[in-house]
Amino acid sequence: MTVRESAVPRPPQSDLLAAGGSAATLPPSPRKARADWRGRLEIALMVGPAMAMFLAFVIFPVVMAAYYGFFSWQGFGIPTQFVGFRNYITILQDPTFQEALAHNGIIVVLSLLLQGPAAILLALLLNRKLRGQSLIRVLIFVPYVISEVVVGTGWTLILSTNGGLNGFLEKIGLGAFTQDWLADPSIAIWTLMLIITWKYVGFAVILFLAGLQGIPEELSEAAAIDGASWWQIQRRITLPLLGPTLRIWAFLSIIGSLQLFDLVYIIWGQYVSSTAGTSTMAIYMVTNGRNAGNYGYGNAVAVVLFLISLVVALIYQRFVLRRDTEGALTGEGKSR
Amino acid sequence: MTATTAGKREAVEARNPIQWGNPVAYVVAAITIVLMLAPVAFIILSGFRTNSQITTDPAGLPGPWEIGNYLAVLTGDIFWREVGNSLIAAVATTAGVVILGLMASYVLARYKFKGRGALYALFAAGLMFPMTVAITPLYIVVKNLGLMNSLVGVILPQIAFALPTTIIILVPFLRAIPDEIQEAAFMDGASRLGFFWRMVLPLSLPGVITTGILAFIGSWNSYLLPLFILNDESTFTLPLGVQAFSSQYSVDTARVLAFTALSMIPALIFFSVFERRIVGGLTGAVKG
Repeated sequence: MTVRESAVPRPPQSDLLAAGGSAATLPPSPRKARADWRGRLEIALMVGPAMAMFLAFVIFPVVMAAYYGFFSWQGFGIPTQFVGFRNYITILQDPTFQEALAHNGIIVVLSLLLQGPAAILLALLLNRKLRGQSLIRVLIFVPYVISEVVVGTGWTLILSTNGGLNGFLEKIGLGAFTQDWLADPSIAIWTLMLIITWKYVGFAVILFLAGLQGIPEELSEAAAIDGASWWQIQRRITLPLLGPTLRIWAFLSIIGSLQLFDLVYIIWGQYVSSTAGTSTMAIYMVTNGRNAGNYGYGNAVAVVLFLISLVVALIYQRFVLRRDTEGALTGEGKSR
Repeated sequence: MTATTAGKREAVEARNPIQWGNPVAYVVAAITIVLMLAPVAFIILSGFRTNSQITTDPAGLPGPWEIGNYLAVLTGDIFWREVGNSLIAAVATTAGVVILGLMASYVLARYKFKGRGALYALFAAGLMFPMTVAITPLYIVVKNLGLMNSLVGVILPQIAFALPTTIIILVPFLRAIPDEIQEAAFMDGASRLGFFWRMVLPLSLPGVITTGILAFIGSWNSYLLPLFILNDESTFTLPLGVQAFSSQYSVDTARVLAFTALSMIPALIFFSVFERRIVGGLTGAVKG
């Protein structure tokens, strides 16, 4: 067997397929038993390492978060001070957490309302025949590729009171519109939304373009022959067929908004974010958990954050994604 | 599936070679691009100015051009050390994700055994646990393993958290390899592992590259995990470095801008080289 194995490097497929013509014969049973045993060993060896990593660094920490959340614990040694649901009661009654939760809610809704229409419009335009289309695609995607830290640092310098944006406004005679974009609590959340939209709209556009390419062109061609206008075609044919992609994007956007941390933490930091009205649940978790040395409490916040995300995800799955869950995350089924 | 429609489209374009389309589309595209690139351009251009230029006119162009900020960053060792750390973390994460993910996906896609569905579901469920949720206990796990302040402590969790996406993208790729090729290879005496190396790997290369790129960019930009694990400046990756630099030199705005500008260049180069693969990979992930 080993001898023949070493003779395998024989690329032409036709050759291999010709040999496969007489394939269907079963191997004799003793060999089959051995192959079974070998197969199991192969499965263990191939899946084992990935599974070990996954259990150790994903599943185990998540399970431990649920456990630590019931303790008052400073992160040293084994937690001993069991407090039951007290951490959870404190979290839910803390106005700071309620504010953060409300901010997350606002971010979820505004992300969908701002990015969705903008991205659909851009994707529809870019899906038409356009010179330099691939260059435009690359450029729209640029902010998505730049790290949150770079984006945050750059925008901080642009939006600070004596930063680039205010300077630009004064220069073009709109000095009356200068603002304290970051610290003023009445506009800070909108500033955050502007940055989020700028950073993530490219991702939505790319997803939608990918979805649009799966829609057969014959449909819109036929409609055009029947006298439908461009706008009618988009509304009656393209958008409904883009539905599965839109719903998946909305799902990813909602989960991302609920877990938002990096941008806010870099631009506002844990103290300013709560006075400027941009704190999120994840900021609350890091502030009151790790930064306060209160690991039991931080884990309880993590559990709350996870449960909120899970409930939202399940509701979304149940009522919105139900029609097309198969196609999307699993990569199986009727994706068209 | 996408390939065929794209092919059709090219054929249509070939029939009508000159077709500029609607001018409105160009105007909208141009406005969008200006909006997307203006902040990036601001960062890069302001890095060429002096602090006094920035103070007197925050939104002006460099005049005269000042390359001292960039030179100071490029000749210092902080920037290069952090690029090195980021590179090590990203390459190791990518290699780990691709190797472990490919092995597991191969079994999940092509072996028939009890519990296969459950195994796949377990990995897929990993999508429900973003790192934000697990970060506090993850930090404790890494601390107990004695991996604080080491890049390994960042790399291992990153591999684990990138596995679900990788497996979900790769399994359909591997399943799409026709059974006939496999049967033929076995007839020729190839073992299943031999088949894996000689046939599966080359045939699934597009999927492998996509998942590799996603893992690389994810690691290159990651912030939360390094923030928890790396406290010693000598182990800082670029994102931590940018933040540390901007708070350390907060008075020297021009140099912070130069440092920020330089730190986005590697990701931009990497992205423009692999743009087709990334977009293609996302297409694959959405459309299956």
